[in-house]
Amino acid sequence: MKKLLKYMKGYGKECVLGPLFKLLEASFELLIPLVVAGIVDTGIGAGDKSHILKMSLIMVLLGMIGLISAVVAQFFAAKAAVGFAARLRHAVMAHILHLNYTQLDKVGTSTLITRMTSDINQVQNGVNLTLRLLLRSPFVVFGAMVMAFTIDAESALVFAGIIPILCVVVFGIMLITMPAYKKVQQKLDSVTGATRENLTGVRVLRAFRMEKQEVSQFAEKTEALAAGQLQAGTVSNLMNPLTYVLINLAVILLVQVGAVKVYTGVLTQGMVIALYNYMSQILVELIKMANLILSMTKAAACAGRIQSVLDIPVTDGENAVPELGGKVEFKNVSVSYADAAAPALMDVSFTALPGQMVGIIGGTGSGKTTLVNLIPGLYTASEGSVLLDDRDVNTLGAKAVCQKIGIVPQSNLLFAGTVRDNLRWGKEDATDEEMIEALRLAQAHFVTEEKEGLDTEVEQGGRNFSGGQKQRLAIARALVRKPAILILDDSASALDYATDAALRSAIRSLDPMPTTFIVSQRAASIRHADLILVLEDGVVVGQGTSEELLKTCPVYREIYRIQFPEEVTENG
Amino acid sequence: MADNQKKITVTYRILRYIRKYAALVCLSLFLAVVSVVASLAIPVLVGNAIDFVIEAGRVDFGKVSMYLCVVLACAGVSAFSQWLMSQMNNHITFRVSRDIRNEAFRHIQKLPLSYLDKFSQGDIVSRVIVDVDTFADGLLLGFTQFFSGVITIFGTLLFMLVTSWQIALVVVLVTPLSLLVASFIAKSTYNMFKAQTEARGAQTAIIDETVGGIKVVQAFGHEKASLENFDKSNAALEKSALKAIFFSSLTNPATRFVNSLVYAGVGLVGALIAISGGITVGNLTSFLNYANQYTKPFNEISGVVTELQNAIACAGRVFELLDAPEMTPDPKKPAAPEKVEGGVEIRKLSFSYTKEKPLLQNIDLSFAPGQKIAIVGPTGCGKTTFINLLMRFYDPDQGRIYIDGIDTQTMSRETLRSCIGMVLQDTWLKNATIRENIAMGRPDATEEEIIEAAKKARVHSFIVRLPKGYDTVVAEMGGDISQGQKQLLCIARLMLCLPPMLILDEATSSIDTRTEMQVQKAFDTLMKGRTSFVVAHRLSTIQEADCILVMENGNIVETGKHTELLAKKGLYARLYESQFAH
Repeated sequence: MKKLLKYMKGYGKECVLGPLFKLLEASFELLIPLVVAGIVDTGIGAGDKSHILKMSLIMVLLGMIGLISAVVAQFFAAKAAVGFAARLRHAVMAHILHLNYTQLDKVGTSTLITRMTSDINQVQNGVNLTLRLLLRSPFVVFGAMVMAFTIDAESALVFAGIIPILCVVVFGIMLITMPAYKKVQQKLDSVTGATRENLTGVRVLRAFRMEKQEVSQFAEKTEALAAGQLQAGTVSNLMNPLTYVLINLAVILLVQVGAVKVYTGVLTQGMVIALYNYMSQILVELIKMANLILSMTKAAACAGRIQSVLDIPVTDGENAVPELGGKVEFKNVSVSYADAAAPALMDVSFTALPGQMVGIIGGTGSGKTTLVNLIPGLYTASEGSVLLDDRDVNTLGAKAVCQKIGIVPQSNLLFAGTVRDNLRWGKEDATDEEMIEALRLAQAHFVTEEKEGLDTEVEQGGRNFSGGQKQRLAIARALVRKPAILILDDSASALDYATDAALRSAIRSLDPMPTTFIVSQRAASIRHADLILVLEDGVVVGQGTSEELLKTCPVYREIYRIQFPEEVTENG
Repeated sequence: MADNQKKITVTYRILRYIRKYAALVCLSLFLAVVSVVASLAIPVLVGNAIDFVIEAGRVDFGKVSMYLCVVLACAGVSAFSQWLMSQMNNHITFRVSRDIRNEAFRHIQKLPLSYLDKFSQGDIVSRVIVDVDTFADGLLLGFTQFFSGVITIFGTLLFMLVTSWQIALVVVLVTPLSLLVASFIAKSTYNMFKAQTEARGAQTAIIDETVGGIKVVQAFGHEKASLENFDKSNAALEKSALKAIFFSSLTNPATRFVNSLVYAGVGLVGALIAISGGITVGNLTSFLNYANQYTKPFNEISGVVTELQNAIACAGRVFELLDAPEMTPDPKKPAAPEKVEGGVEIRKLSFSYTKEKPLLQNIDLSFAPGQKIAIVGPTGCGKTTFINLLMRFYDPDQGRIYIDGIDTQTMSRETLRSCIGMVLQDTWLKNATIRENIAMGRPDATEEEIIEAAKKARVHSFIVRLPKGYDTVVAEMGGDISQGQKQLLCIARLMLCLPPMLILDEATSSIDTRTEMQVQKAFDTLMKGRTSFVVAHRLSTIQEADCILVMENGNIVETGKHTELLAKKGLYARLYESQFAH
C-alpha cells in the first residue's frame, strides 16, 4: 500500500484539503450543542424570543457552512481517489507492457486483468472513504477523550484505557482479515479465468459437448468464491459487535466509577452525564469507522496484489532505437525455461548476413519459435550470446530492437479497429501508399478489393477474417515498416502453396531485402533459402543449403523425401 | 420515465433472486429488530442508572449495579444479534451473486456463436465479474444498513411519541424532506453510474485485448501506442467516475443539511413552547437528542439509496447479458439415431454472416457413409464456414443438412456434435491437466485408453517427459509447449472419442512433417469407415479423397476426384502446380 502512495503525488492539495474541510464540518457539528445551550440558558431562561430566533438562524447558518465544507471535502476526496486510481491503472498497464515473455507466461493473463479492474476499483473505493472519514473519526474519538480529561482526569482514564484496546481490536481484525481478502481476490481471479476461457474456447467446448461440465466447474469456482467471502466476512463482521460491547463495558465502568465519585462528592450527576455522552460520541464514530476499516482492509489486500505486479522487475530500459544492418549471429546459445527438465535450445551457433533468407525447419517442439524469439531479445539466452550487427541484443534492448524488426508470430492476432489501424502497428506514420504496398507484398489483395479498403473493420482478435487472411494481414503489418530483419514464425501455415510462393518471391523482390527468417513445416517454403537450420529437440542437427543438407543431414533428407517424393527418386 | 421503468423491472428481478433466501431475510430482519431494540434501550437504562446517582452521599449502589447489569445483557444481546445478522446478510448477498454468476455462465453456454463472435469478450467478462461484484457490494450495504435504519426510525419514533406527540408530529412532517432530496440526487446519479459502468466495460475490453495479445504488442514495439489507446479509455473512465462518485457523495451532506434544518426548527418551536410553559427544558433537551437519533438513519438510508443506484445500474448490465436471445432451442422430441453411418446430404443450402455479403448459395451435395471429402481452396474461401454449418455453430439461412437422411435441425445439438469429432487449426487447450484435456470428449475414459490415444497421436513421449506427466496443468507449461504439441494434444482428444464422422481443419498444419507422417497413419486407420471432412493445404494428403470440394470466394467452384480435377485444368490444377513453384 505504502509504495503505491507515490501515485498520489500531484493530488497533495486534494489530500490535505479534503480531510481538512471534513474536519471543518465536524467542528461546526460540535458547535451545535453550544448554540443549543445558548437557547436554553439565555433564550428560555430570560424569555428572550429574539435571541431564540437569532440562535436558530445561527444553527441554520452553521448547517449551511457545514454543507459547503462537506461538498468541498467530498469533491476533493473523489477527485484524489479517482485520479489516483487512473494513474495507478496507467502505471500498472505501462508496467505490464514491459514485462518479458517469461514473466508473462508465469503470471498469466486473467489475474492481470482482475488486478487492472477489480483490484484497482477496490483501492479507489478505499482511498475515497479514507480521505472522507479517516481524519474525522480519530479527531472525534480523541477530541472526546480530551474533553473527558477536562471534566475529570481519573474517570477519563477509562477512556485512555479503552481507546488502545479498541485500536488493538480494530487493527487485529484488519490483520487477520487481510490475507482472507487476498484469497477472495485470488478466487475471483479463477472465476474471471474460467469465464474468459469459456469464451475463447467456445467452439471446441461445444464440439466436445462440454457445456454441462463447464457449468458445474464454474459453479464450483463461484461456490469457492462465496465460501471465501463468507469466511473473510465472519471475522470482519466481528468488528462492530466487539467494539460495541467494549464501549458499553467502558460505559458500565464509567458509571460505576462515577457513582463512587459522586458519592464522595468529587463529581456531580451532570458531569457523569457529560462523560457518558462523550463515550456515546466515540461509539457513533466507531460505527462509521467500521465500514471504512472494512474497505481499507479490502483495499490494502488489493493494493498488495497490485504492488506485486509492479514489483516484477523490468530490465528493459529506454534504449535508443538502433539502426540495424541485418546481420544476425548466434554464438553458442542455449535456453532453458524456468521449470523445464531439458533445455529448449542447446548450443546454437550460426551467422546470417544482411539480405539472406534463413529457413528453420524441425520437429514439433524442437525449439524453432524459441530460436526466432531470441533474435529481438524477447526471450533471453541462458548461455551464449545473440549478436545483431556484432552488438549484443541485450545491450540494445528488446524494446528498441523490436521497433526495427518485423515479426509475424504464430498466433496472428489482430486488434479491434480498422485494417489501417492494424497496419500502423508496423509503422505509426505509414502513408496509404506504403500500406497498400505492404498489403500487395503480403498477398492480401482481398483488402484492397473490399469496398472500404484500408478502412475495413477488424473485430477483436481479427475474428471476422479467416485464418489465412489474418496471417496475410499480420505479414503486411510486419512488412509496412520495411524492417531490416523479418521473422515469419510458421506464418504461412494457413496459406495455400501458391500464395506462400508468391509471398516469398515478393519478399525477395524487396530492395534492400531484409534478412528473413522463415520458420516452416514445409520443405517447399525453405528449400531455396540461403541457409537452412534443421532443429531436433533443441539441437541444430544440420545447417547449410538444401543441396548440402540433402547430402549430409538424414533428418532433412527424410523431411524432404516425404514432401517431394518424385524429386528425390529422380535425383537418387 | 423509461429509465424509471427499467429500474423497477431490474429491482423486481433482483428481488426474485433474493426470494430463494426468504427465510434468511426474515431471520435477518428479526435479528435487526432485536439488535436495534436492545441498543435503543441502553441509553434509557444508563439514564435510569444515573438517576440513582444524585449527589454526594445520595447514591443507591444496589440499583445502579442492577441497571448496569441489564445494560451489559442488552449490549451482549445487541452485539450477538448484530453479528448473526451480518452473517445472514453475507450469506444472502454472496449466494445471490454466486447464483447470478452461475446463471450468466449457463446462459453463455446457450448463446449462439453469432452473438459471442460479435461481442467483445472483455465486455462480457466485465459484466460477469465486475458488475456482479459492484451489485453485491450495494446489496450487502442495503441489507446491513437499510433494515436497521428503518427499524431505528420506528423505534425512536415510538420513544418520541411517548414523550410529546406534538413535536414528534413536526419532526415526522419535516424529515421526509431529506428523503426527497436523497431521491432527487439518486435519480440524477443513476445515469452517471450507468455511464461509469459503461466506461468501465469499454476499458475492460481494451485491457482484455491488450493484455491478451501482449506478446504481439511487444513484438511490434507497440507498447507506447497501446498505452496511449488505453489512456484514452482511462481518461474517459476517470471523468465519468469522478462525476458519479462526487454527485452520489452529495447525498449525505445534503440530507444532513436538511436534518440540521429540522433540528433548528425543533429548537425554535420547542423553545417558544417552553417559554409559554408548554414543556420543560429537560423535555426539550431529550427531544433534540431524539430528533438527532431519528434523522441519522435517514442519512444512512439515503446513502444506501445512492449505492443501490450503482448496484441497479450494474445489475441492469448483467440482466442485459442474461436477456440476450438464446440459440433456437433443440426440438422437444429430438431425432436420436441409434447408429450413425455418416451419410451426409446438403440440400439447397444458403448462408451468409451478414446480409450484405452472401457466402454459400444454393448448395446441393451428397456424400456416402465412410467417404473422405477434402475441402481445398485459396485462403479465405469459406472453408471454416462450412464447418460452422456442419457442427451447427451457425444455422443456415436456407436449406438443410441431413445425416443418414435425418435433418440435423431435428436433432439436438448434443447428439449431432457427439457424432462428429473435430480438430481445428486454432489449437485451444483448456487450462486443466493434460489428462482432462485429452478426455474432454469422454470424461469416463480409463487411464489406459487415454495413454493409448496419446500414443496414437504421437504425443505420449512428450507428456511423460513433463514434470508431472499427465497431471501437468497446461498453464504451468508456459512457453514450453509449441503450437504443434498443442495440436497433437487436440488430435489425442479425437483419438479417444472415435465418433462416426470427422472434421479435420488443418489438423496437422503446425506439426512437423515426420510426426505428421506418423500421425497420418493413425488418421488413415481412423478415417476408414468414417465420413471425414478434411481441410488442408498439403495437397498430397488429400489426393486420395473420394471427393474434393474446391472453394473460392465462399462458393464451391469445382467438385470431383484428384485426377478428374487435374484434367479439368481449373483452379484445383493451378493450386496443385503451385506446390512446386518457387
